[in-house]
Amino acid sequence: MSERHSADLKIRRGGPEGPAQFEHFEFEFEDGQSVLDALRWIRGNRDASLAVRYSCINANACKECVMRIDGRTGYACTTPLRAGEMLIEPLPNKRLIRDLVTDTLPPDERLAEP
Amino acid sequence: MGQYLETDVLIIGAGGAGMYAAISAAEAGAQVLLLDKSVIGRSGATIMAQMTVAAAIGEEEPDDWRFHLKDTITAGRGLVDEPLAEILCRTAPERIWQMEAWGVGWARKGNHITQAHAPGHDRNRCVYVDFLNTGPASSRTLRNQVRRHDSVRRISDLTVTDLVLQDGRAVGAVALHLETGQTVTIAAKATVIATGGLTSMYSRNSASANMGGDGFAMGLRAGAELIDMEFVQFFPIGHLAPRLIGMDPIMWDPFRYKLGGRLLNSAGEEFTQNYGTAEDGKYVVTRDTATYAIYKEVEAGRGSPHGGAWLSFEHIPDADLRAAFGPVIDRLADAGIDLTKMAIEVYPIAHYHMGGLRVDDTLATNVPNLFAAGEAVGGANGANRLSGNAITEAFVFGELAGRSAAAMAQGNAAPDIRDAAKPYLRVIETAAGQTGDGPTPTAAIAALKDLLQQDVGPFRTDEGLTHALDAIAEMTAALPDMPTGARAPFNQQLADWLGLRNMLAVARTIATAARTRTESRGAHQREDYPGLDEAWGYNQVLRLSGDELQLSRGEVRRLAPEEQPS
Ligand SMILES: Cc1cc2nc3c(=O)[nH]c(=O)nc-3n(C[C@H](O)[C@H](O)[C@H](O)COP(=O)(O)OP(=O)(O)OC[C@H]3O[C@@H](n4cnc5c(N)ncnc54)[C@H](O)[C@@H]3O)c2cc1C
Ligand code: FES
Repeated sequence: MSERHSADLKIRRGGPEGPAQFEHFEFEFEDGQSVLDALRWIRGNRDASLAVRYSCINANACKECVMRIDGRTGYACTTPLRAGEMLIEPLPNKRLIRDLVTDTLPPDERLAEP
Repeated sequence: MGQYLETDVLIIGAGGAGMYAAISAAEAGAQVLLLDKSVIGRSGATIMAQMTVAAAIGEEEPDDWRFHLKDTITAGRGLVDEPLAEILCRTAPERIWQMEAWGVGWARKGNHITQAHAPGHDRNRCVYVDFLNTGPASSRTLRNQVRRHDSVRRISDLTVTDLVLQDGRAVGAVALHLETGQTVTIAAKATVIATGGLTSMYSRNSASANMGGDGFAMGLRAGAELIDMEFVQFFPIGHLAPRLIGMDPIMWDPFRYKLGGRLLNSAGEEFTQNYGTAEDGKYVVTRDTATYAIYKEVEAGRGSPHGGAWLSFEHIPDADLRAAFGPVIDRLADAGIDLTKMAIEVYPIAHYHMGGLRVDDTLATNVPNLFAAGEAVGGANGANRLSGNAITEAFVFGELAGRSAAAMAQGNAAPDIRDAAKPYLRVIETAAGQTGDGPTPTAAIAALKDLLQQDVGPFRTDEGLTHALDAIAEMTAALPDMPTGARAPFNQQLADWLGLRNMLAVARTIATAARTRTESRGAHQREDYPGLDEAWGYNQVLRLSGDELQLSRGEVRRLAPEEQPS
């Protein structure tokens, strides 16, 4: 069995208004687990209000989980966790909706304003 | 009351079936609204599929749709709705050629399309797109085609929560716009449910997060009949360990099939031959036999370290591995997996659902103006599905349902559903107002998945199913008080509450049908009733009357003797 390690996820919370707020979550992981594994665990076990977009979980097909991880753009589902602090933020160049969710939809697939 | 939209044809869910339905409805002259709770064409099973699509196009060797039909009926173990299966097999070649014309790029050998062999098929029948690209290529192709139609309006991030009924007829739906928390009412002359399957209700699954059975629950609440709900297909060799990310957990199947990967127990011995079907280095064990063999071997204490079976390719020469796996071998190497030196661990995972909405030959349900397409439809695959038939079903039934719905819409006046929608909107608004504390629906979903895996999974007993039904009833009673968090943009906790509401309704139908069927057949395996019982050769039909779930027997629809494939 593989070893267990501890990741300290520093996650940007909240909406576009006001200064950026960060919250820390500890997650014990096994080798090979992904950042998305940690975020889903946090939603189920620590804070269900954490907003994070994803669908396919394993297949890297939907491309919905794109975010900023340690200052680089990547997919949460394909980025392995590592021990120590990891900085998790929404994409900087898209409109922020809340927490890790930004507006990444094709413009012609959005519900138009009434 | 949020936005009010109107359309001729409303299509709920934009996987292969929903997108195909949108295209055919638009081609038939209808205005179409195509919705998805996540992103159009990206978020269901279709884009995740990596293997093959079955159709008797006879490119690799002579074939006829009647042979395909015969194999489908055999695999379904006496419960296949034969007229539906006939539509599936007869129309499949047309869809495959249409997709080819639209540029999907089926793999070719010389001047013909390549067709691979897959378990249960009598010949090479299954087309694919290399490497492991069947689903992504199909989704891209359909997305491009949908976009060419100005009469199709697409909206992502819109979760449909209920169908709206007026005088017993389906007249549209209500939905939650997750980003803003707004509700949306959609009036439609005809509606197609294309929401896919339910396998994310199990803790071990190959599913995306959006496969929680919404369409079955919405149909049930609207008075639609469901059939064969007890038949959940478990995929025998889902990836278990080592943790592998960015890859589909069912990816091993084509390689096992192409190369003859060996299934081994903790002693390094092959074992599937002990459970009925011999393996001779070629992949012949059908899915439910392999599932049973692995489950039993683990139960007998001969499992791998993570509680599954070993899958080994170590006996295959390096060059053959590379030729078969292509670039995938490098992705495996990145994950620390060297197939020439190590076996990986596999275990049965929930993969597909044979049951679903009961439909006629136009894909109409028993609720006027309501149609179904794709995995949401029950019956065509009976008690067990052949590999490759599910994407075929999404294409064929999608195309047909779109046409049927457009024809129905033509004869209907535009309904005004502002009043009729109110009670359905109130469900969302009431849930959104539950800002208190307590166990979250998010946590309850995880508990429900474990319960279903344990008690309503690949092997069932009366005791387990009764326990599950009690637990489901308890959770259903607790649901109204579960908190949905503070009102906020993209409130997934509210989406979880609405999802849990559906999962509980659907879980009840699966467990009820499974407890009543006191035999083992296809994907429904009862440890207390091993073996197929001829007397059970009929479908079970479920419908909701108030809070009461009514179960009845339906005769299996057969083709007339002269139409039977020989
Ligand atoms: C990993 C994997 C691999 C597979 N491989 C194969 C294969 O090789 N060959 C094969 O034949 N079959 C395969 N299957 C099965 C096959 O892919 C599916 O049966 C088929 O794609 C289903 O298509 P669909 O359009 O009915 O549903 P989906 O493609 O699942 O689409 C349903 C859509 O509905 C949306 N939706 C759900 N609920 C709502 C709601 N309430 N409101 C709005 N939208 C909603 C979802 O977000 C989703 O986008 C595989 C399945 C999986 C999971
Ligand atoms: S969850 Fe689908 S790509 Fe990451």
